[in-house]
Amino acid sequence: MNAKRKKLIYNSVTFGIVILAYVLCSSLYGSMSRSLRGQLIPICCWIVMAVSLNLVVGISGELSLGHAGFMSLGAFSGIVVSGWMLNGFQMENEILRLVIAMAAGGLVAGIFGVLIGIPVLRLRGDYLAIVTLAFGEIIRNVMNCVYASVEGKRLVLGFLNPSLPGKLLLNGPNGAVSVGKIATFGAGFILILVTLTVVLNLINSRTGRAIMATRDNRIAAESVGINVTKYKMIAFVTAAVLAGMAGALYGLNYSTLIPGKFKFDQSINVLVFVVLGGIGNTLGSVISATVLTMLPELLREFSDYRMLVYALLLIAMMLITNTPASRAVLNNVKGMFRRRNLHQTVQATQGTGKEKGGRQP
Amino acid sequence: MIFLSNLVNGISLGSIYAVIALGYTMVYGIAKMLNFAHGDVIMVGAYVAFCAMQYWGLPPAAALLIAMAVCTVLGITIESLAYRPLRQAASLAVLITAIGMSYLLQNLALLIWGANPKSFPSSMIVLPTLSLFGGGLTISGVTLVAILANLLIMLVLTTFINRTKMGKAMRCVSEDRGAAELMGINVNRTISATFAIGSALAAIAGVLLCSAYPVLMPTTGSMPGIKAFTAAVFGGIGSIPGAMIGGILLGVIEILGKAYISTELGDAIVFAVLIIVLLFRPTGLLGRQVREKV
Repeated sequence: MNAKRKKLIYNSVTFGIVILAYVLCSSLYGSMSRSLRGQLIPICCWIVMAVSLNLVVGISGELSLGHAGFMSLGAFSGIVVSGWMLNGFQMENEILRLVIAMAAGGLVAGIFGVLIGIPVLRLRGDYLAIVTLAFGEIIRNVMNCVYASVEGKRLVLGFLNPSLPGKLLLNGPNGAVSVGKIATFGAGFILILVTLTVVLNLINSRTGRAIMATRDNRIAAESVGINVTKYKMIAFVTAAVLAGMAGALYGLNYSTLIPGKFKFDQSINVLVFVVLGGIGNTLGSVISATVLTMLPELLREFSDYRMLVYALLLIAMMLITNTPASRAVLNNVKGMFRRRNLHQTVQATQGTGKEKGGRQP
Repeated sequence: MIFLSNLVNGISLGSIYAVIALGYTMVYGIAKMLNFAHGDVIMVGAYVAFCAMQYWGLPPAAALLIAMAVCTVLGITIESLAYRPLRQAASLAVLITAIGMSYLLQNLALLIWGANPKSFPSSMIVLPTLSLFGGGLTISGVTLVAILANLLIMLVLTTFINRTKMGKAMRCVSEDRGAAELMGINVNRTISATFAIGSALAAIAGVLLCSAYPVLMPTTGSMPGIKAFTAAVFGGIGSIPGAMIGGILLGVIEILGKAYISTELGDAIVFAVLIIVLLFRPTGLLGRQVREKV
């Protein structure tokens, strides 16, 4: 199998699984429990968050600890724009409003992605990580001080100033209240498809290869004329836009939303999805985001102990997949499945050379 | 005079941050990992001291010693069970394990002590309030103890690192782990010792923190933990004097920012200053610039 065919198969499998899951979920929708039904849209949002963070962490190789900040920006700008359209322009069409809100969320998050990316991407390693963490906290803190209202057709924004004219949309630390719940599962599904299309195409393009080159060896990439900052920026801003759109969908799924919802913990949660799914592996991110979002619900019978079990599972997973002894066992198990057709493919694989560390997209 | 009292409060808060940051910076310098569970060790230390005083009726000094002992054992256990098997693994895997450990400690605390906030006894600090300039400037006992404790810890720790054999081993491991191993230094034991010291400091920090801000919850440690980590980066992570300077500056900036700019934006100001510093000095105030080798 050559590399191109491998990618094609990988991409088709990824899309196939997502489409199959959607068809299954929508046909079983009637027989689902209420709590599971309520999780469908958040799962879509977390999948998009995980896939987009994977673009930064796995493909561009920069640890970002502030991804929830972009989600927060997207959520609140989406809510404000949706409320503005409804109250200012009497736009009753919910689908149109949702699309506009998601576009606005993506746009705002993208603009901030550029503004934050310029200083952040000059740094390296752990320092870069701590600065993204700092930006995430700044966004949460600043969102606590933002007020917005609609007066007639005009949108009024206030900073540290709660007394605004007209109908209040955003109320500082109390967040958004009485949001129209217009998010749908279908929209979430389409957002996942858009995300996968954008991310997988980006990875398999000339740009994506340049991004991965800067990840694998910055100095070598620079010396063959790749503009490192530019390509890291492309990955960072794309991820920010996608996170903003996921945020808008997430925000419009609840009737109230406070800025405190998008804490540092949420960024970490998304990072956990990415790492457990396999760094750089898009399909892995999709699966782990789905499973881990549902896991606390599935562990409900442990009631008080469920977060404890979650923590233990997390540690156990990392120990099992990363210690040399358990790795050898895993490789043996894999080898048993592979051995059967090894003699046929041994010649073909000799040329390509497998990458290590599961970075193969 | 108000400025002076704010400044003293800032230095006091900063001293607490500095003690926490020392734990982060030592572990980072020697084991090259971000120990996200450090903030939760602080919380455990505070809870143990609380129990020792409230339920067992022990004197404050004994409570502090018990808290330090429990945290030391906890730190060594965490290191040997969760982090040691991952010594050769990618740094991200260790980071996620540390995050898992942080969740584990928080949820264990939730099960043991419940979600209701406990109010930390004020009898921990026996020093009276100091009144200067005819009552114009009052410095509470907690403030004084925090500042003094910080100075004392700095002094002891610097002596330990520079004068003892174990301190020398720590410096070696931090410089080059492989070479240190070849020279016959027991790397695992050195890293264990680092965790022990860091966790004992975390217990002291927990008691100081809860004496100054007497609300004790399972999540008490997480925000100060993040801030102290920021302080460690601010001063140059891996550097012990850097952690102290970073911690104190961070505390002062936070209190002054809250007093003179905006109460709501206090945290944002702290993080904004961090970003600005890192833009001009990408390895922190006292961090070493490491040249990249091709």
